[in-house]
Amino acid sequence: MNVVLDNAGDIALAFIYTLSLFVVAGVLSLIFGALLAAARVGPVAVLRKAAAVYVTLIRNTPLLIVIIFFRFAGPKIGLTFSFVDIRVADIRLNNLYAACAVGLVVYTSSFVCEALRSGINAVPLGQAEAARAIGLPFGGVMSQVIMPQAMRHALPPLASVQIALLKNTTVCGALGVFEAFARMRGLTNDFASARTEIFLAFALIFVVLVEVLSFVAYRLERRWRIV
Amino acid sequence: MRTMKLRAAAATVLLTALSGTLAACGDAGSEGEGVDVQAEEVEDGKFEEGSRMAELAEAGSITIGVKYDQPGLGFKSATDDIPTGFDVEIAKLLVADLGIDPSDTSAVTYEETISDNREPYLEAGRVDLVLASYSITEDRRKVVGQTGPYFITGQQILVAADSDVESIDDLVGETVCSVSGSTSLQNAEDAGAIGAPADTYSQCAEDVLNGTVEAMTTDGSILLGLAAQNEGELKVVGPEFSEERIGVGYSQDYPEMCEWINGVLTEAYEDGSWAEAFEATLGGDDVETPEPPALDECPAA
Repeated sequence: MNVVLDNAGDIALAFIYTLSLFVVAGVLSLIFGALLAAARVGPVAVLRKAAAVYVTLIRNTPLLIVIIFFRFAGPKIGLTFSFVDIRVADIRLNNLYAACAVGLVVYTSSFVCEALRSGINAVPLGQAEAARAIGLPFGGVMSQVIMPQAMRHALPPLASVQIALLKNTTVCGALGVFEAFARMRGLTNDFASARTEIFLAFALIFVVLVEVLSFVAYRLERRWRIV
Repeated sequence: MRTMKLRAAAATVLLTALSGTLAACGDAGSEGEGVDVQAEEVEDGKFEEGSRMAELAEAGSITIGVKYDQPGLGFKSATDDIPTGFDVEIAKLLVADLGIDPSDTSAVTYEETISDNREPYLEAGRVDLVLASYSITEDRRKVVGQTGPYFITGQQILVAADSDVESIDDLVGETVCSVSGSTSLQNAEDAGAIGAPADTYSQCAEDVLNGTVEAMTTDGSILLGLAAQNEGELKVVGPEFSEERIGVGYSQDYPEMCEWINGVLTEAYEDGSWAEAFEATLGGDDVETPEPPALDECPAA
């Protein structure tokens, strides 16, 4: 356990990167995914088709390929994200971080969209008809009537998607962000004699993080439940 | 129908992107075929009965862990049967000493080991020896046997040809790429640079080429190989800022292998085959062949 404790500072910094990737990609994917879901059930045929193509294409592509696209194909066509350079104390969010975060957002949004759509499908059609009947435009129908009810139904699958996102951030460890996975590989390589402890420590931290996430989702579920 | 076309177009974009990265890893290894090492005759009683060397010589087959992605040390292109590089040349000398033909791929398996799995492979007996730019460290010696060094190298920096970076000191606060989990990445961080972990060295070189990162760092010999692959676009700069002692890894279950490895290495130092191996791989017209490094003593069995 000494190796883990001796390097606690480095490990904490690595998990700050992991969590920041999760928060940035999580929030953006929820927003973008909600827009996609709205487009998929909306009245504009072009948007409906475009959103369906997006989901079909991205959801059927492995995450690694999506991120590699932004990391290696992007720079070839001038998309380097070099305008991103944020420094907060020891944390440095650079172009590599941005490319990875964008990849995660693009990928996760398609899953968020489908989770939300399953929620929308669970809202009785009468609700939308009633909302239209009182004269609400599409935006009003979605934001005032459908989405609040859809969120309730979509919460369990959304929580799963976000948990998957938290674990998917480890892909970035091989593509330029010094997050938990990259740090773990560094430690296992430097301290070959303490591999098992290092693996267990990192697995345990991930279990705790996911457990916290599931707990929050569970509380929200209970709070929003119709009595 | 429209969806189909769009999808096909997007697939083409992705494929083009992928083949771009793949092509970057492809075109090496054209540089020499290495030295042709002949198997030696093994007389009865050359190896002590019951020793691991006797078992291997008897079985006539051996598995060696090498790198596949380090030009000059251990590199295997898609069309090669046997990897090339200095590590592989030293491995061939050891294999030949057991009376096994190093170029016979049915008898010798050159298994790819990456930095992460060298100790587990040795411990589990999946490979018999590791010659994979394997730095000797105190901590590794706790779990596996390491002897040598047969080569001493130091960490340098690879930058774009038009960069004005001269040493690691110019890279404080800049992004520097190296393979995730490597000692080189740790050293760069200790020197104040921002580490960018990558999966392979060629991936790092690609990042330096397209300007995504400022520089990459690892053993000078590997960087020279990468610079040679991209002549005119990349250059190696700076003094060496660390010392890596590259040795041979073996399993702790067979401590008798240490004396044997040292014996073969000493012989190679003396009869010039070590220098020959160096010239065929890392050496070039303007690279002077160094003196072979002094070997560590084997631990008392």
